[in-house]
Amino acid sequence: MTDLHVELAGVTLKNPIVVASGTYGFGREYGQFYDLSKLGAICVKGLTLQRREGNPPPRIAETPAGILNSVGLQNPGVDEFIAKELPFLRQYDVKVIVNISGNTPEEYGQMCEKLSEAGVDLIEVNISCPNVKAGGLAYGTRPELAAEVTAVAKAHATAPVMVKLSPNVTDIVTIAKAVEDAGADALSLINTLLGMRIDLRTRRPVLKNNMGGLSGPAVFPVAVRMVYQVRQATRLPILGMGGVASGRDAAELMMAGADAVAVGTACFADAYAPVRTRDELARYLEENDLNARELTNTVRPW
Amino acid sequence: MPYQQDCTVLNLQALNSHTYELLLEAGGIAEEARPGQFVNVSCGEGRLLRRPISICETSAMQLRLVFEVRGAGTEWLSRRDIDDQVSVLGPLGRGFDAEDKRVLFIGGGIGVPPLLWAAEGAEHADAALGFARADRVILADDFSRVCTRALIATDDGSMGVHGTAMDAANRLLAEHTYDLICACGPKPLLKAAAEAAAKAGIPCQVSMEERMGCGVGACLVCAVPLRDKNGQVYYGHVCKDGPVFFAQEVVFDD
Repeated sequence: MTDLHVELAGVTLKNPIVVASGTYGFGREYGQFYDLSKLGAICVKGLTLQRREGNPPPRIAETPAGILNSVGLQNPGVDEFIAKELPFLRQYDVKVIVNISGNTPEEYGQMCEKLSEAGVDLIEVNISCPNVKAGGLAYGTRPELAAEVTAVAKAHATAPVMVKLSPNVTDIVTIAKAVEDAGADALSLINTLLGMRIDLRTRRPVLKNNMGGLSGPAVFPVAVRMVYQVRQATRLPILGMGGVASGRDAAELMMAGADAVAVGTACFADAYAPVRTRDELARYLEENDLNARELTNTVRPW
Repeated sequence: MPYQQDCTVLNLQALNSHTYELLLEAGGIAEEARPGQFVNVSCGEGRLLRRPISICETSAMQLRLVFEVRGAGTEWLSRRDIDDQVSVLGPLGRGFDAEDKRVLFIGGGIGVPPLLWAAEGAEHADAALGFARADRVILADDFSRVCTRALIATDDGSMGVHGTAMDAANRLLAEHTYDLICACGPKPLLKAAAEAAAKAGIPCQVSMEERMGCGVGACLVCAVPLRDKNGQVYYGHVCKDGPVFFAQEVVFDD
């Protein structure tokens, strides 16, 4: 049997397939369909220090080969997560990655302390949410702010810190390097691309928030390109994501430089997408006589 | 428990110019479904999102869905052939609680189908069903079969009561008493049904709609403003907390 385990910032995942933050709740819903222990890791819905209600609906619009969303970080807050959701996830043999967003660097620090103490496996610092006004994307588009948030998170976390990068920048490499220099243990990319749809009849944007984040197969080539660029420029391990819907997609993103791969929007079309992706990737690796770690960064650029 | 399964098309027929009835062989989905629940149906390659469609009825492992063609996805679904396979996720959400009660069912347009099965299970069912015109009326015979009284209303007066479902409902409420109102349809109708129930001093269940993603409660896009016991407004989700809610929880004026 193919050895599927990979390392991500010193955390061992039994296979490279992670589920992406915001598409999988806290695991309870898709856990009705299959054993969550089949996954390498679960990256939970983005948390904030206090509970957030999120944006008014409609929050979703279909697009060619994708969707726009403007959920706006609706979540019960970090304390409620630790009390009610983390114990549920701990029943499974699966690593838990916790995605966090703050209004200030201090809020990131506070959450890192609480979550490290609660024993989560990895913290994903979200500096790239396009759907909230304060913090979020502002931190992810300016290298000095990205570095500041990273440094504060690292200073308060004992769990490894992975920083989630935004594709809504001119040069993702500059941000990646700034975050690496500030002490990040890993990078995840890409978050959603800012987009918009308009209803021709009403002349209103489909989303009540006017704009939202694009995900799904439409963004996959952007993800491959950005993972490739970042891998060339930094030494940090990478959790790659953006439109992955099959084992072939996962293999391609790993070839571009990802150590592990997250499946997100694909779950909405197929509840079994992460497990199917894992099985398809395993078959690909077996056919090519590789273990999962031997695929990363094996692209042969022209 | 929900399942994701490929279901065989047993029958597909047009009920009028843009409403279709689809009968699917659905195994466990049909077996576990409850009145007022829905299924999330794949509508063709390249369309990432499934389409949420309320369950009209089930029988012997079969799922009866009645849907309106609203866009390219439902248009695709309306062109399936017998023996085609359609991927269905369900049963999903929380349904009506009409069993063993005297219930008035109020439905408008494509909000009518999910009320049928709940009406079958009620101890006593009356229905007030509103449509745009006579040629848009659907399921009239079914409701006549399961209800003691089934009043039809049309906006243009071409059939039954001239007016909305609420005008027909008010006639029934003036003469009869009920334990519960169950309503599904456009938001103004749901609001009016909730007000009528409050006036009559009885509970009201409303089936809500919102643009949906996963259908299971993971993606949080189908937000609906609700009021908790302390009067605090928060966002619940149509797919998991609903689609059926008690009307006093729902904030209609958001």
